[in-house]
Amino acid sequence: MSAKESLSAGSSGVHQVPLQEAVPLQIDPFSMDFFADPHPAHHVMREAAPVVYFPMWKTYGVARYEEVHAVLHDPQTYCSSRGVGLSDFAKEKPWRPASLILEADPPAHGRTRAVLSRVLSPAVMKPLRESFVVAADACVDQLLQRQSFDGIKDLAEAFPLSVFPDALGLKKDGREHLIPYAALVFNSFGPPNALRQRAQELSAPHQAYVQAQCQRENLAEGGIGAKIHACADTGEITPAEAPLLVRSLLSAGLDTTVYGIGAALYCLARYPAEWQRLRADLSLARNAFEEAVRFESPVQTFFRTTTKDVVLGNTAIPEGEKVLMFLASANRDPRRWDNPDQFDITRRASGHVGFGSGIHMCVGQLLARLEGEVMLHALARRVATLEITGPVTRAFNNTLRGLEALPLTIKAA
Amino acid sequence: MPKITFLTSDGQRSTFEIAAGTTLMQGALQHGIDAIVAECGGNSMCATCHVYIDDAVARELSPMSADEDALLDGAAADREPGSRLSCQIRVTSACEGLLVRLPDRQT
Ligand code: HEM
Ligand code: FES
Repeated sequence: MSAKESLSAGSSGVHQVPLQEAVPLQIDPFSMDFFADPHPAHHVMREAAPVVYFPMWKTYGVARYEEVHAVLHDPQTYCSSRGVGLSDFAKEKPWRPASLILEADPPAHGRTRAVLSRVLSPAVMKPLRESFVVAADACVDQLLQRQSFDGIKDLAEAFPLSVFPDALGLKKDGREHLIPYAALVFNSFGPPNALRQRAQELSAPHQAYVQAQCQRENLAEGGIGAKIHACADTGEITPAEAPLLVRSLLSAGLDTTVYGIGAALYCLARYPAEWQRLRADLSLARNAFEEAVRFESPVQTFFRTTTKDVVLGNTAIPEGEKVLMFLASANRDPRRWDNPDQFDITRRASGHVGFGSGIHMCVGQLLARLEGEVMLHALARRVATLEITGPVTRAFNNTLRGLEALPLTIKAA
Repeated sequence: MPKITFLTSDGQRSTFEIAAGTTLMQGALQHGIDAIVAECGGNSMCATCHVYIDDAVARELSPMSADEDALLDGAAADREPGSRLSCQIRVTSACEGLLVRLPDRQT
């Protein structure tokens, strides 16, 4: 940790309060133990200091809401173009061509972001709603007939798979690659641990599929993918950029919502009083999903890289250092939230960072909310009880938090 | 602190003092106004903080960006000439006595 120790206090600007050292922690935030239950460790990190340091992976970390928010809102100082995983693109070649949006900084980011914002805007969501409602109803119909099923495979995966690839305009063949590809992407933001290595070893067929599907000729007319390619006709982006922007949606648009809907289901099954509140007032469906995103934070972390020596929360961080933002911990920081560990579907969740914040805030958030709302609405309207009736198992991923299996039994209302 | 009046779609009126420097959205949330949802937390990405303000006044407060303009087209309730995103309006002394009408829905 020599870079940190050699940094003398006050290296940037005048500060009344003496600078503190980032508190080193012997926690591995990418270990199986951590993933099994991150909340006690989040608490330790939040209480240790505004900025902590993980010698094991040579990265700084922020776990309080205030600092996470500050980093998210200062992209000039905390850049994304050196990668939003542990790997520093200034030192290591990215494992795939860098994302033109997620791993880009202003001003380049603004141009590509404008394209994706437009194809995923509120106005685009309106006409999608109806078909999503029909698909959600069909999914619940099926589950009511079965009564007992796996809430992850048969619901959290099945529903987004029945709407998202079609909305994008993907071919029917090969869709089974989508979830493994996303798991690979999200594992790859982590350190070179077994999860990342294994995902990389198995990556070739998934990468080949995704690369092919991003091409214009493979995307159906009228879909979101085709709309992105159409922006190359107007010169807003180049023909070479269009497939990479489609790739962003294939990477970030499916598995995240699987984890998000899985989170909501797991919360509602664990807190029956909240489930009954939802049944009594279906207009709470959208906020219930939002609260589940806060409470479980399906996307747990992202990194930034410092572009200069900087002081954050009284701690000096040198240029060229990775900073790990614990979104999940910020979403339960008692400095920001009342009763943060309580799942409350009427909570004012506005301001949570489960979708990030600032210029990189999730460009697909409206689509995610639409899926979540419509699914919870369909369930709560037709299902009386939601019971966990088997062993719940966790899925392990370096960035995503969710379940592998959630055995459920439901009864019709 | 400027006094600002909110009028819900079913005619309920309430007046609050909102500190200059905060956004109209933040002020509304702090006073528990349910008709403002603000799903994106003020990042100008969701259009669920939609309000109606007298067109001329709104223009004076802060000009509308192209992004805000595009988002308003997708707002859940009807767009009117005075439609604005309340997260994009910063409260100043010029807001004294402002009347903010709230739409009947945000999603
Ligand atoms: C519950 C579901 C979802 C969660 C929790 C989630 C979470 C996030 C987070 C935390 C970020 C910020 C990244 C950063 O700051 O570096 C982000 C960005 C992004 N998300 Fe999502 N996301 C979800 C669904 C989606 C969907 C459905 C899509 C596409 C249809 C999508 C596409 C993207 C893209 C392209 C970015 C990069 C935006 C940028 O860098 O400007 N996400 N998401
Ligand atoms: S709070 Fe989302 S656009 Fe204003």
